[in-house]
Amino acid sequence: MSQFRLHINGEVRQVDVAPDTPLLWVLRDSLDLAGTKYGCGVGACGACTVHLNGVPTRSCMTPVATVGLKKVLTIEGLDAQARHPLQQAWVELDVPQCGYCQAGQIMTAAALLKENPKPSDADIDGAMSGNLCRCATYLRIRAGIHRAAEIAAVPVKSPVSRKTKPQAKEGV
Amino acid sequence: MSRAALVNPSRRRFLGHSGAGLVLALSGSTVALAQSAKPAEAQAFKPSAFISISPEGVVTLISKQPEIGQGIKTSLPMVIAEELSVNWRDVKIVQGDLDPIYGSQGAGGSTSTPTNYQDFLRLGGTARTLLVQAAAQRWGVPVADCQARDSFVHHRPTGRKLGYGELASLAATLPLPDAASVQLKDPKDYQLLGQRIGGVDNAGLVRGAPLFGIDVKLPGMLYAVYEKCPAFGGKVLSANLAAVKALPGVRDAFVIEGTSNLNGLMPGVAIVAETTWAALSARKQLRVQWDEGAVATQSWDGFAAQAAALRGKPGASSLRRDGDVEQALRASGAKVVEASYSYPFISHASMEPQNCTAWWKPESASLELWAPTQNPASGQNLVANTLNIPKEKISLHITRSGGGFGRRLSSDFIVEAAAIAQRVAAPVKLCWSREDDLRHDHFRPGGFHHLRGAVDAQGRVSAWHNHFVTFANRVQREGQSVLQPGSGGSLSGDEFPGRWLPNILLEQTALECGVPMGPWRAPGSCVFAWVFHSFIDELAHAAGRDPLEMRLELLGDRDIMPPSSERGQPYHAGRMRAVLLEVAAKSGWGKKKFPRGQGQGMAFHFSHRGYIAEVAEVTVSKSGQLKVDRVVVVSDIGRQIVNLSGAENQVEGSVLDGLGTLMHAQLDLQRGRIVQGNLGEYPLLRMHESPTRVDVHFLRSDHPVTGLGEPALPPLAPAVCNAIFAATGHRVRQLPLSLSDLSWS
Repeated sequence: MSQFRLHINGEVRQVDVAPDTPLLWVLRDSLDLAGTKYGCGVGACGACTVHLNGVPTRSCMTPVATVGLKKVLTIEGLDAQARHPLQQAWVELDVPQCGYCQAGQIMTAAALLKENPKPSDADIDGAMSGNLCRCATYLRIRAGIHRAAEIAAVPVKSPVSRKTKPQAKEGV
Repeated sequence: MSRAALVNPSRRRFLGHSGAGLVLALSGSTVALAQSAKPAEAQAFKPSAFISISPEGVVTLISKQPEIGQGIKTSLPMVIAEELSVNWRDVKIVQGDLDPIYGSQGAGGSTSTPTNYQDFLRLGGTARTLLVQAAAQRWGVPVADCQARDSFVHHRPTGRKLGYGELASLAATLPLPDAASVQLKDPKDYQLLGQRIGGVDNAGLVRGAPLFGIDVKLPGMLYAVYEKCPAFGGKVLSANLAAVKALPGVRDAFVIEGTSNLNGLMPGVAIVAETTWAALSARKQLRVQWDEGAVATQSWDGFAAQAAALRGKPGASSLRRDGDVEQALRASGAKVVEASYSYPFISHASMEPQNCTAWWKPESASLELWAPTQNPASGQNLVANTLNIPKEKISLHITRSGGGFGRRLSSDFIVEAAAIAQRVAAPVKLCWSREDDLRHDHFRPGGFHHLRGAVDAQGRVSAWHNHFVTFANRVQREGQSVLQPGSGGSLSGDEFPGRWLPNILLEQTALECGVPMGPWRAPGSCVFAWVFHSFIDELAHAAGRDPLEMRLELLGDRDIMPPSSERGQPYHAGRMRAVLLEVAAKSGWGKKKFPRGQGQGMAFHFSHRGYIAEVAEVTVSKSGQLKVDRVVVVSDIGRQIVNLSGAENQVEGSVLDGLGTLMHAQLDLQRGRIVQGNLGEYPLLRMHESPTRVDVHFLRSDHPVTGLGEPALPPLAPAVCNAIFAATGHRVRQLPLSLSDLSWS
C-alpha cells in the first residue's frame, strides 16, 4: 500500500492503495465516487471515462501511481449544479435507457465539445465510437450532443424545446 | 392481480393484489388510520401499498417492477398518476423492495404493462374518488360539483380548490368507494399518458448518482470475486487457497461445492478482500485444478456437424403437420427452394456485469440482499432452496439494473453472493468481471433450420417444411431424466406461417449440450423472425413476386387465427396487415428506384402481444461494407401509448440492438467453454454503425395496452437481410453478418 495525493474534482484527496490499483477502483471503492463505471476493465467500452487534465481517459487502464498531479475530473465534478449543457440536454431529450454507460458518454462528449463546440454528425461518431451503449441509445446521444452545443451557444433557462428530437415522430 | 382483489368493498380496502398476507400487510393504511387517528390531525393518505399522499402534498408512488432500462419505473407510476389527476411534478417515485404486498415483481416477457395497466388505472381512480369525496365533505357540497385536476380538487360553482395534501387526513378516514362509483377517465381527457415524459432517474444518472447494484456500499463491506470452471459444470479438485489467503488485502478464500443446476450455484472458488482491486489481483494468483467433466468434449463445430447431418432426416418430434408437404413439393409447376439457416450462441452482455451484495446476519439467521435483478422472487427462491434458508428470512432490495435483456431473469449471481456471505462476517459485494459475464452467461441458444418450401404455378406458397435443430440440457424432472431445450429454443407449431398454409411440416430435434442457456430479449422470436422472413423472401423471389404482396397474401383475409391448442394464443392477422400496409406507405415501399448496392427489405413479427412491421433501407459498398440508412417501424401495441418518449426509446433501442446482434454477436464453444473473453472479441454495436435514421410510428387499435421491451427487435434482422439481398443479390443464411462477404461487383 502507498499514499497518493490526487487532485479530484477540484479537491485534493488522499488515498492509501496499492500502486497498481486502477484509478477506476480508487474512485469507486476508496473515494465513493461511483458515477464512473466498470464495464470491461480493458478500455473497450468507455464506461469508466474520466478527464485527466481535460483529456478523456479510461480510468480502468490508468494505475493510480501514474496519475500524479494531473487534474482528475469525474462525472460528479463536471458541473457544480449538474447543469452542464450535456446534462441538461440528456434530461431534456430523455437520452438514457438503463443509464449505466451515460456518465462515460457524457465525459467523452464533454471533451469533444470543449475542442469542437459545434460538431457534425461525423465528428460526433468519430469522438464517441469508443463508448459502448448496450441499450443502443446512440441516436439520442448524437441528438443530445447537438442539443448541448445549442445550449452552450445560447444559454437557456427552461429546457422545453422539442425541436431537436432525433427525427420527426408520428403522434399517437 | 385480479380485479376483484383490487377493490374489495367488504373489507373497505382496495388492494395491491390478491393474496393471503395482504390484508395484514395493509393494516397500517386507511382503516387503521380511521380508527386510530383523529381526522383533525395531519395524516398521510395511504389508500394502497402503491400510493401515499402526505399532508404536505407529496405524492409518493411505488414502482414495484425492476427498472432495467425499459422505463417501467417511469411509465407504470404514470398510469396511477393519470387517474389520480396529480401533477407529475408533485410525484415522487420510490422503488419497492421485494414484497408480496406488491404482487408479481418480475421484469420479463414485456408483461409489466399489460398485466398492471388496468389495475393501476383503477388504483389511481379510486384514490382520486376518495379525495373528491373528502373535498365535497369538507365544503358540504355535492360530489358531482367537484372535480380533481392537477393535484387539487376544484369546486366548480365557486372556483374554490383544495390541494391533495390538505385533503389527505380526511381522505384517510373515508370508506373505500364501491367499484361502480369510481369513474375512470375518457382516454381523450388524458393529461399524462401518451406524453413524452423523461425517465424519473435521469437527473441522478447524469450526475453519476449511485443507483445501480454495483454501486451499493455498506459500512464494513468486503468485496468478492468468484471463479468457476471455464468448462461448464466442472468441479473444483483443489486450489492454492493458503497462498491466495496470504496475499495483500485478502480476508478469505474458499471452495464452494455448489450444485449441478446449470442456472444455479455452480462450483467455484471465492476470494473475499478489502477492495475490488485486491480481490481481482489475488484472483490472478489463484490456481485451481478442475474436474472438467463430460462437457469438455463439446464444441460448436461438433454441434454444427451434427446439425448438418440431420439435413434431410426426419426430426425427433413433429410440431405441426398439415396437408401433404411432399406432394406439394413434387406438384407440377412448383418451384422448390431449399436452404439451411444457422445462428450461434450469444451473450446478453449487459453493461453492468452481474453483481449482488449480500449480508448474512448469524444472530437472526437472516440474509439481506441488494440485487440488480429482473426476477427478485426467483432469486429469493433459489437462495432459499439452495442454501436452506427460510424465504421469510431473506429480504431483497431491488436496485436499478445496468441493462437486462433477459440475463437478470436468472439468479445465479444472487445465490453465489449469498453462499459467499454465509462464510463472511460482514456484508459482501460479489462483482463479476466482464470475462465472467461473457463466459458464464446463460446464453441465447444457437440453432439450425433446414427449410424446404415451394411456390405453386400461381406463385402462392404451397409447401413449407422446417426441421429445426436446437440445443437442450439434460435435467431431472419428477424423477425422470429429460432433455429441456434452452429458453427460446423451442418452436411452436403455431409460429407464423403455421396455421396459414395448407401444407406445412414443422419438426424439431434437440442436441444435448452442457451449455447454460437462458432467455434473451424476445426469446425464440429474436431468431425465428429472421429465419422465416428471410425464407419467405426467398420464396417471393423464386415466384417473381413482390415481397409485400406475398406477405399480405400469406396473412390471408381472416382477422383472427385461433390457436391450435389451449396453450397457444390467437393471432390477429388483421392487425398485422394494418401495420404492414402502414409501414409500406411510410417507407414508400416499391415506389423508389434504388441503384445496385442499395435496397429495401421488409419483415413483420408478432411477439409479446405486439404487432410490428419494419422496412430497412441499406447501402452495401462494393467492398461489402453495410450501412443501414433508414429503418421504418410501425407498431400496434394497443389503444394507448403510456410514455411516448419511453416507447420511442424502446423501439429505437430494439432496432439498434437487433442490428448490432445481426452484425457481430457470436460466441464460439470449444472444449466445453466459451472462447471469447471480453468486448474486444465480442463486439457490440458502436455509434458509427448505427442507422442514420429510425422512424417510429404507432398505430392505435382498440385492443389492450401491451409492452414494448421486446417486440420491435425480431423484425429488424430479416428486414436488413432482405434489404441486403435486394441491394446485392446476396442471401444471408448464417449469423452474424461478419461471417458473410457482402462485396459485389
